[in-house]
Amino acid sequence: MGSRRQFLKTTALGLGGLSVGFSALAYITDFSGLKEATGDMKINLTRTPTYCEICFWKCAGWVYKREDGSIWKITGNDEDQHSNGRFCPRGTGGVGIYNDTDRLKTPLIRIGERGEHKFREASWEEALDLIAEKMKSIASDYGPESVALMNHGSGGKYFGDLLKAYGSTNIAAPSYAQCRGPREVAFINTFGEAIESPERTDIRDTKCLVLIGSHIGENMHNGQVQEMSDAIDKGAAIITVDPRFSVAASKSKYWLPIKPATDLALLLSWINVLTTENWIDKDYVEKNTYGYDLLKAHVSSMTPEWAYGITGIQPDVIRKTAKEMFNVSPAVIIHPGRHVTWYGDDTQRLRAVAILNALLGSWGRRGGFYNPSTSVLPSYPHPPFPTPKTTWRDAFPGQFHLADESVSSKICDATIPAELRDFSFKAWLVYGTNLIMTFPDQAKTIEAIKHLDLMVAIDTMPMEITSWADVVLPECTYLERYDSIRVSPHRKPSIALRMPAFEPKDNTKSAYWMARELASRLGLLEFFPFEKLEDYLDWQLRQMGSSLEEMQKIGVKTFEREADDLYFTPGEQHEFSTPTGKIELYSTAFADEGFDPVPVYTPHPEPPSGFYRLNYGRAPMHTFSRTSNNPNLNDLMDENSLWVNPKVAKEWGLTHNQPVWLQNQDGKKSNFSIKVRITERIRWDSVYMVHGFGHATKQLSRTYGKGVSDTELITNVMTDPIMGGTGMRGNFVTFLTEKPEEALS
Amino acid sequence: MREELIISGRMNASIDPQLTIWAWEIPLYLFLGGLAAGILFFAGLYTILGKEKEFPSAIEKTPMVVPFLLVIGLLALFADLNHKMYFWRLYTTIRLESPMSWGAWVLMVVTPVSFIWAAIHLKKSFPKWKWPYAWLDTTEAFFISHKKILAWIMVIYSLILGIYTGILFSAFNARPLWNTSILGPLFLTSGLSTGAALNIIMAKSQKERHSFSKIDLMLIGIELFLIIHIFMGFLASTQVQIDAANLFLGGPYTAPFWILVVFFGMILPGILEFLELRNYKIPVLIPALLVIAGGLLFRFIWTFAGQASRWLY
Amino acid sequence: MRYAMAVDTKKCVGCSDCVVACQTENNVPIGYCRDWIVEVVDGTYPQLELELRSERCNHCDNAPCVRCCPTGASHILEGGFVMVTPEKCIGCGACITSCPYDARYPHPDGYVDKCTFCMHRVKKGQLPACVATCPTKCMYFGDLDDPTSAVSMVLKTRKHKTLIPEAGTKPQLYFLI
Ligand SMILES: Nc1nc2c(c(=O)[nH]1)N[C@H]1C(S)=C(S)[C@@H](COP(=O)(O)OP(=O)(O)OC[C@H]3O[C@@H](n4cnc5c(=O)[nH]c(N)nc54)[C@H](O)[C@@H]3O)O[C@H]1N2
Ligand SMILES: Nc1nc2c(c(=O)[nH]1)N[C@H]1C(S)=C(S)[C@@H](COP(=O)(O)OP(=O)(O)OC[C@H]3O[C@@H](n4cnc5c(=O)[nH]c(N)nc54)[C@H](O)[C@@H]3O)O[C@H]1N2
Ligand code: SF4
Ligand code: SF4
Ligand code: SF4
Ligand code: SF4
Ligand code: SF4
Ligand SMILES: [Mo]
Repeated sequence: MGSRRQFLKTTALGLGGLSVGFSALAYITDFSGLKEATGDMKINLTRTPTYCEICFWKCAGWVYKREDGSIWKITGNDEDQHSNGRFCPRGTGGVGIYNDTDRLKTPLIRIGERGEHKFREASWEEALDLIAEKMKSIASDYGPESVALMNHGSGGKYFGDLLKAYGSTNIAAPSYAQCRGPREVAFINTFGEAIESPERTDIRDTKCLVLIGSHIGENMHNGQVQEMSDAIDKGAAIITVDPRFSVAASKSKYWLPIKPATDLALLLSWINVLTTENWIDKDYVEKNTYGYDLLKAHVSSMTPEWAYGITGIQPDVIRKTAKEMFNVSPAVIIHPGRHVTWYGDDTQRLRAVAILNALLGSWGRRGGFYNPSTSVLPSYPHPPFPTPKTTWRDAFPGQFHLADESVSSKICDATIPAELRDFSFKAWLVYGTNLIMTFPDQAKTIEAIKHLDLMVAIDTMPMEITSWADVVLPECTYLERYDSIRVSPHRKPSIALRMPAFEPKDNTKSAYWMARELASRLGLLEFFPFEKLEDYLDWQLRQMGSSLEEMQKIGVKTFEREADDLYFTPGEQHEFSTPTGKIELYSTAFADEGFDPVPVYTPHPEPPSGFYRLNYGRAPMHTFSRTSNNPNLNDLMDENSLWVNPKVAKEWGLTHNQPVWLQNQDGKKSNFSIKVRITERIRWDSVYMVHGFGHATKQLSRTYGKGVSDTELITNVMTDPIMGGTGMRGNFVTFLTEKPEEALS
Repeated sequence: MREELIISGRMNASIDPQLTIWAWEIPLYLFLGGLAAGILFFAGLYTILGKEKEFPSAIEKTPMVVPFLLVIGLLALFADLNHKMYFWRLYTTIRLESPMSWGAWVLMVVTPVSFIWAAIHLKKSFPKWKWPYAWLDTTEAFFISHKKILAWIMVIYSLILGIYTGILFSAFNARPLWNTSILGPLFLTSGLSTGAALNIIMAKSQKERHSFSKIDLMLIGIELFLIIHIFMGFLASTQVQIDAANLFLGGPYTAPFWILVVFFGMILPGILEFLELRNYKIPVLIPALLVIAGGLLFRFIWTFAGQASRWLY
Repeated sequence: MRYAMAVDTKKCVGCSDCVVACQTENNVPIGYCRDWIVEVVDGTYPQLELELRSERCNHCDNAPCVRCCPTGASHILEGGFVMVTPEKCIGCGACITSCPYDARYPHPDGYVDKCTFCMHRVKKGQLPACVATCPTKCMYFGDLDDPTSAVSMVLKTRKHKTLIPEAGTKPQLYFLI
């Protein structure tokens, strides 16, 4: 311990030096020219580095303050590969998350029924003691494995560490089974590697970008949007497959207005065209792939004519677009998408995507998929984590072997006691995920929560999820705390620092502090050797040849790659981490698990008459349900609207902006109404809305009752048998022009 | 189908979905300005023509209200200003291209003149009136002896003021409904018509009243002619002006304008005045008040409809 | 010197970053804005076209808002910046009604406000906030009199239009089409 104390002393010295470096950051700018325009804006600027937490692209940037200490603006860090100095609207609007007066202010302990959002204010001591006591008794009654962590966000790491130290590895994020899980499994079982975030797509240098539903431009993942724009500048051809006329579709050379749920047929027919016409990267395929002949035989009947009957896409368009891809290969990307949990056969659809890329030789090639590089963060030695006796997988014997991460929705399922299972979850820690809006089938989520002995929500805002918690722990926003050093895969390895620009408002604390306090109460402090996170960060940074002080000044540090391996070298025969060591066009692992080793198209149900497929997506200025109450972003868009094709509107006599309620195939009605937008951008068999609205939490003063939540209408979940993803696009809705009795407003 | 929508920004309530930057203040201001112009015009005109005997009310009594009208009008204008503390900035510069500036300066002349005119006729209406200071008596005497000059100033400036109430709008190319050169003459005519109507009410003698009824009938005729011309002009012009006209030809302003302004504010009072001239027993108050109310409504409707008319792009 | 801006409608995704960046940079109060996004959809499914435009004051060469201002609060500066001096503005609203683009708004503090082309930044050699943040880099800003400026270059090579040229205001915000 002596050496540690010694170390802390040096850190303290370092921190002393810090204040000097810090004041050097404060400078006064000449605003004399401005006075005339904007009145009084004599501002003394200070800027602090951060990386953005409004979504998971994690752009690094700067937080600027005014002289009076209030927040002025947030901009990108030029050095940062994720943002290239430019934030997206949500990141720019991050100022609102700090200013939102609806924020959680102090720990809360439930006094009402679950879901009622009736709490009393509590001290941190009391709230943490209560949680620790409960966790202790659950550990002794049911074993620590019956506690799960659902998390989505930077601070989740510390609760993860806490849980692992406590004895549970049931740590899941909605970014897997509700999001990119199928694509990772598909790519792992094709190329031996996952796509990861940020995506390794070399859009910047591509000559042909094929988007299967990915609505980049509305999906505002910064780097991709920027690179797509660069690609447009350079004349790249974009091919967008989307039943809706997305923004990306409008920028495309080819828009394929596909019939929803039929993408796999289109993909297979593309494979058919490429293999029959021999429009493939022969050398690459020969050297690197496994199962080409099996694949070719498998798709031989899946001609464009066959696909036309299913997808509605003209055979000549299928051929032309296939040629377009081949012509520029390997600088072509059949984009793997990100939120891909659509119809339950998603892993197979993404396998077809992976196979197309393999045939065109785009994996590991310029303009295709680059080989990312990541900085490695040293971790301070601590005792090994205990080995848990059970995991969530034990609740589903024989299933989901290929899932490479925990399946959040399966943990939810396994929380509801079942006869055939001797194990169910007793407690959830929920960090930074609004599960009520995030998981499909709300009734099931709520039923699961009702079976819990303890439910803790760690959040920054009063949200649907916090109203179901027993204890609510208010976290300060990302602008008020340190978090782990950002190390994300990219073209070059890099690190980025998030540091507080402000003191935490009210009685809020950082996740690190909370997790460590709980660890201390559970006797697990040895897993959290540093009292202050910044000391840990400084230790890590020093191992990497930097320091906290340096990072506070520069925010981002980029390193050179160790080897020149961003792309494969020409003619390289690469060793892939698959069972065969090759790119598996035919998946041996799938075959072993009893799944189709090459994708097979199966039709999906269509909307019954009078019903329309519920399509949903992103608005560029909002992230899921987390930003709709953000004052700045709410100002840009304060409710979602229901896109209805003019033909449908005419049939129903709907007028522009008319409020309607919705009812789905299972009779589930929307809580609130949504305004109709009559637009040609949506098909006649579907309606469309932006996810994240229709909040039913009254404490969200700006967004309560505004618009409709897609989630509440997604009751039919099509589970992916391979990895447990929750297919959410098989729901159909009809219009209610009169307010239903049970509606909230 | 063509769809054009603002997807973000422009949430400023006074701009979108429709410009409502000018509410009741500006139309009231314009109406009162027009009415004042009408009254001063007739008072000045008949003084110059030496018809004091035939038009005693128009020259001596009706102008008594003008200072009040102008003060209320100016208060309305002041109420419209959002940055009131800086009101005085209007008078630190003359901006010839700005009708607002013009109006401010015209009122700077007209308002004192109207006060002087009212003052020198005060004793006619209130025979017991005594000025508290002797120098006021001298001043009064000075102005009475130069009454003809005052009258000339009044005629000229009232015409400018009357036209200005229309030009304030027609200078705005941005609002197709306002952007017509007929608006100046039309608002002037309307102002004169309301002035004549007030004179009808104030007139003691039937002769004076009938003279103003005749004048008013003629003015109403001119107004109707100009209105028809405005719409013909619009319909023969670009799509934006056709759209502007359509606000009144089937659009939301159709009924209020044609029924309330044109019929009840012009045609009906015209008929009544005509019948009264033919010695039918009609209380003169009715057509006169209809004309005044019509004139007021006209300004309101034109202000609001103008803000609803816009360029398409 | 004649500053101008060009927005590439082929790259703009309508994300509204330019709107929120302007609001924060220029302390535009919530509920107001100096720039905004227009979406135009034409055609019938699936034969469709979409145009996205980031709009703001056009800093017109022939600016009616400046002409109609009774106090001289609205004025044009060297470089073509159409500006408003709050201390001279009486808030009469004439300039608001005179602008065919509805680019001005009444600031809650009383004066009229609008896009300044971020003159305070331009003077320091920075790009306007909206241009500097736009994730698609679809906005170009610079001096039209300088043939090598970004905006001159892009206007030379790309087809472009202005909004309502027939209104005669000679707008200096160009849209690449
Ligand atoms: N602004 C913003 N950006 C975000 C996020 C956000 O919350 N806000 N979230 C981020 C995250 S975590 C994710 S996972 C991504 C998600 O972004 P994407 O991966 O792009 O999301 P998807 O849900 O796959 O795409 C929605 C699109 O799919 C289309 N679609 C619907 N049904 C079908 C179909 O049957 N076939 C085809 N081909 N298309 C269909 C819809 O019309 C819509 O255009 O966005 C990221 N970026
Ligand atoms: N119906 C439907 N469901 C979906 C999707 C969809 O499009 N439609 N998309 C799916 C996808 S792709 C994903 S990735 C997931 C995303 O799912 P989530 O990440 O659960 O998304 P949000 O709804 O934004 O919930 C985030 C929660 O984190 C809180 N939060 C924000 N910042 C912080 C912080 O700094 N600290 C803490 N402690 N809390 C914070 C917010 O207040 C909010 O309660 O949703 C999935 N579910
Ligand atoms: S993409 Fe936007 S919201 Fe996401 S991290 Fe970057 S700036 Fe923040
Ligand atoms: S920031 Fe750029 S891409 Fe986004 S709306 Fe504005 S101009 Fe368009
Ligand atoms: S766009 Fe409007 S506000 Fe800007 S200079 Fe032109 S007329 Fe004036
Ligand atoms: S509102 Fe201000 S800037 Fe506009 S015209 Fe009036 S005084 Fe000039
Ligand atoms: S140039 Fe500056 S003031 Fe104008 S819209 Fe852009 S950010 Fe706003
Ligand atoms: Mo996601």
